[in-house]
Amino acid sequence: MIPAGFEYHRPGDIASAIGILQEHGDEARVIAGGHSLIPMMKLRMAEMGHLVDLQAIDELKGVEVGADTVKLGSMVTQHELITHDGLATAIPLIREAALQIADPQVRYMGTVGGNVANGDPGNDMPGLMQCLNATFELSGPDGNRSVAARDFYEAAYFTARGDEEILTRISIPVPGSGVRQAYEKQKRKIGDYATAAAAVMVGNGTASVAMTNLADTPVWSVSASSALAGGDVEGCVSEMLDAIDPVADNRGPVEFKKHVAAVMLRRAIDRAQSRAG
Amino acid sequence: MSKMHVKLTVNGKEVEGLAEPRTLLIHFLREDLKITGPHIGCETSHCGACTVDIDGKSVKSCTTFVAQVNGADITTVEGLTNDDGSLGVLQEMFREHHGLQCGFCTPGMITRAHRLLQENPNPTEEEIRFGMAGNLCRCTGYQNIVKAISASAEMLNAQKEAAE
Repeated sequence: MIPAGFEYHRPGDIASAIGILQEHGDEARVIAGGHSLIPMMKLRMAEMGHLVDLQAIDELKGVEVGADTVKLGSMVTQHELITHDGLATAIPLIREAALQIADPQVRYMGTVGGNVANGDPGNDMPGLMQCLNATFELSGPDGNRSVAARDFYEAAYFTARGDEEILTRISIPVPGSGVRQAYEKQKRKIGDYATAAAAVMVGNGTASVAMTNLADTPVWSVSASSALAGGDVEGCVSEMLDAIDPVADNRGPVEFKKHVAAVMLRRAIDRAQSRAG
Repeated sequence: MSKMHVKLTVNGKEVEGLAEPRTLLIHFLREDLKITGPHIGCETSHCGACTVDIDGKSVKSCTTFVAQVNGADITTVEGLTNDDGSLGVLQEMFREHHGLQCGFCTPGMITRAHRLLQENPNPTEEEIRFGMAGNLCRCTGYQNIVKAISASAEMLNAQKEAAE
């Protein structure tokens, strides 16, 4: 379980990090918390000549809670998301979901930016960010740009992020008061990825519904969201079951995953609607 | 690959060494520094036997490169004894309440429980179980581990009150 060798870099600002990525091209990769990447490196399923550690870049840190927008630095850890009371008041869904990721040790290291940028269909934050209609800010050699979370995911591990770009910040509109939220995740054991997970926001005549680990990208469905906005829970579930595309694996056959998906989605809707808001 | 100069504080002492950046922290602690409290259990970030405290965070040292923690302040189970070398409160309570049988998971359990009680000095049983979810034990069934941590919390709080 010893990874291949690499040169280690710890740049102090975004520009230097991008410079290292440009200089070494395909040979370089960034590391945030490392709890997805290091296991892959130990299995020699990921190898790189240059590892660019983002931990010393202050521009990538911090949680800003504004009246209309929450901004999360990409290096904010799951533990920080959970312990930030202002964030929990503004968007309770984030703490609720972060508490269901991995285990305590992993949450001290795992970052929100790593979770969304990795493109792993099993990660919880991508579906959550699609539900919340977040925007990802990217910095690269050609400057800065923003990509909506709903447009970011192309296939498993393929995203709109260019090889020389770094995901720097996540902007999330604060849902209006009266918009109630819930995250439901079914997993086999602590630390497992979801068999199925559902992120739901509903209220004020609007709704947004996204699901995790039921296709090679997160699934946010316009038609499922509209059905729920109109109060049609069963319509929402049936639209979502049409939108997902699970494959059989060691978490179960396709029929089981669709069953669990429907259960998770109904539970999330019920719990969101039963909350005061 | 060339080696890098590594400087850490481990259990209050400054230590230095040379290591390839790919060296995992658990290997550096055990093989270079001969600090063998943290154990290698699964080596795949699941079991928590390698848990150490790094700058106030519980971290699995099998999933951390020594390069990433260069300059950090690290505590292992060896650093949780009393100043005179006798067992610290958590260590004593694990012994007292039979929070271990084979003992392999214990250094990770105690190091994690230390951070849990720093962050939440009065945890409920549910909070202890949730906070210890990253550590696996195959002997005890966890019941006595939970008891040991509850008893430690009470004792630490009593000590704190007595000191005030």
